[in-house]
Amino acid sequence: MCGIYLDYQSAMPVDTRVLEFAERYLTKEFGNPSALHSVGLAAKSAVEEARRKVAELINAPDPSNIIFTGSATEANNLAIRGTAQRNAAKGKKVLASAIEHISVINAMKDLQKGGFQLTLVPVDSAGIIDLAVLENQLSKDTTVTSVMYANSEIGTIEPIKEISQMVHDKGMFLQVDAVAAQGRIPIDVQKDGIDLLTISSNDMYGPQGAGALYVNPKVKLQPTLLGGGQEKGLRPSTENLFAIAGMGEAARLAKLEMDQESDRLRPIRDSLIKEILKIDEAYLTGHTTIRLPHHASFRFSRIEGESILLTMDAMFNIQVSTGSACSSRTLEPSHVLLAIGLKHEQAHGSMVTTLGKYNNQGEISVIAKAVSQTVQRLRALSPL
Amino acid sequence: MAQVGYSKKVMEHFMNPRNVGVIENPDGYGKVGNPVCGDLMEIFIKVKDDKIDDIKFRTFGCGSAIAVSSMVTEMAKGKPLDEAMKITRKDVADELEGLPPQKMHCSNLGADALHAAIKNYWVKIGKIKPEEAKPEGEEGEACSTE
Repeated sequence: MCGIYLDYQSAMPVDTRVLEFAERYLTKEFGNPSALHSVGLAAKSAVEEARRKVAELINAPDPSNIIFTGSATEANNLAIRGTAQRNAAKGKKVLASAIEHISVINAMKDLQKGGFQLTLVPVDSAGIIDLAVLENQLSKDTTVTSVMYANSEIGTIEPIKEISQMVHDKGMFLQVDAVAAQGRIPIDVQKDGIDLLTISSNDMYGPQGAGALYVNPKVKLQPTLLGGGQEKGLRPSTENLFAIAGMGEAARLAKLEMDQESDRLRPIRDSLIKEILKIDEAYLTGHTTIRLPHHASFRFSRIEGESILLTMDAMFNIQVSTGSACSSRTLEPSHVLLAIGLKHEQAHGSMVTTLGKYNNQGEISVIAKAVSQTVQRLRALSPL
Repeated sequence: MAQVGYSKKVMEHFMNPRNVGVIENPDGYGKVGNPVCGDLMEIFIKVKDDKIDDIKFRTFGCGSAIAVSSMVTEMAKGKPLDEAMKITRKDVADELEGLPPQKMHCSNLGADALHAAIKNYWVKIGKIKPEEAKPEGEEGEACSTE
């Protein structure tokens, strides 16, 4: 039986066109881009072509602004630690929204251990950053402010333009984790006023193993890994040629097809939300309108998210995600759900669905029925 | 090779839990856990000839919490109370062919809820004093991963 995959935010299949394009870099054109012979030069051109395609997706002024990394986590680390440490003489304050990805939060906390002053800026119940607090906390010695373009767990899109205006008026650099938003909504680092932007290959149907950091040339940063001179010395390691070339092609396709695909998914997502909210004590998490077009996230009273995930998978072959504590290594529910003001027992009942290119309208009634039956089954087991 | 996810036995009990429900006017009742921590378990028992004649449970929690509840009721059903009291947290986890390390606390809840129900009965018949029936599980605000 063919399942229904609704966890595109955590992993995506590689687009077959991307695979077809990039496969040659595993087998035929496998050179080391640092080598000066013709095989190496061909590989170097492949990397530069990918750099140009990625730059075009986010409207970076120049391909040389793009630094390839091994993942978005690595790009976030490089952006935050690399910038804060390099600019420590100018200030030791760093800011992040309270709903950042854990790779941002943990990089920030590591800086804090090293003597930096960290402030997490709260968000409202829909997940929008509190601009008044942000403005209050910003000062000339705030070297790095990190706010995500959109949140992967609740789908809410942040007012990046306003934030960048504020950061540039009162602080120094804005770093934006765009992993959830890239390939879903247009991102323009120039218009948005973004200094450092993180994106990942797999979040736009490219292969895993590549991420990228856009760096505005005015930002000086230091590497977090030490080694050779690849990627201007900012990310030493022999290039993952296949993943980088694949990421480039995925970026090119995303730029071409994003608007159309998002327009296709938005009404499907809307009908999913409409159907799920018919269930008793089901609530949408995140913003009702200012949210990613493929994203629908919920919570259900009196039941627990991991049980939802397992039941959906085992009974209906439908794959979803959850921010429940029980799916994590600690017993703390997702910091995102707590930051939007949910109580622990409410956050435990979360279910996150993210749609992708293989979903269609016909699936919605099947999904809604499965969710309804799952909730019913678990509530029958629940003493609450 | 390290086990990936839940054992087949855990999934089997999670998907087809035994002894779900409520017993009206139970002889013993135990409730452990805390919804704040993501799991709450209650066990009802009916006692006949000093044996667990019937047992039911209701659980709010993750897959392992539900599987553990089901397993512990299955293990206890029909057993003399003294023997059922000896069912340990580890016994439950072992019967389920193991639990992932971060889920071991769920097996604690199962045994604890069973023991709480038995002690509740013993208090009722005057075998033990109410103060001896305190739950065994970790108390307090923090959600334990032990």
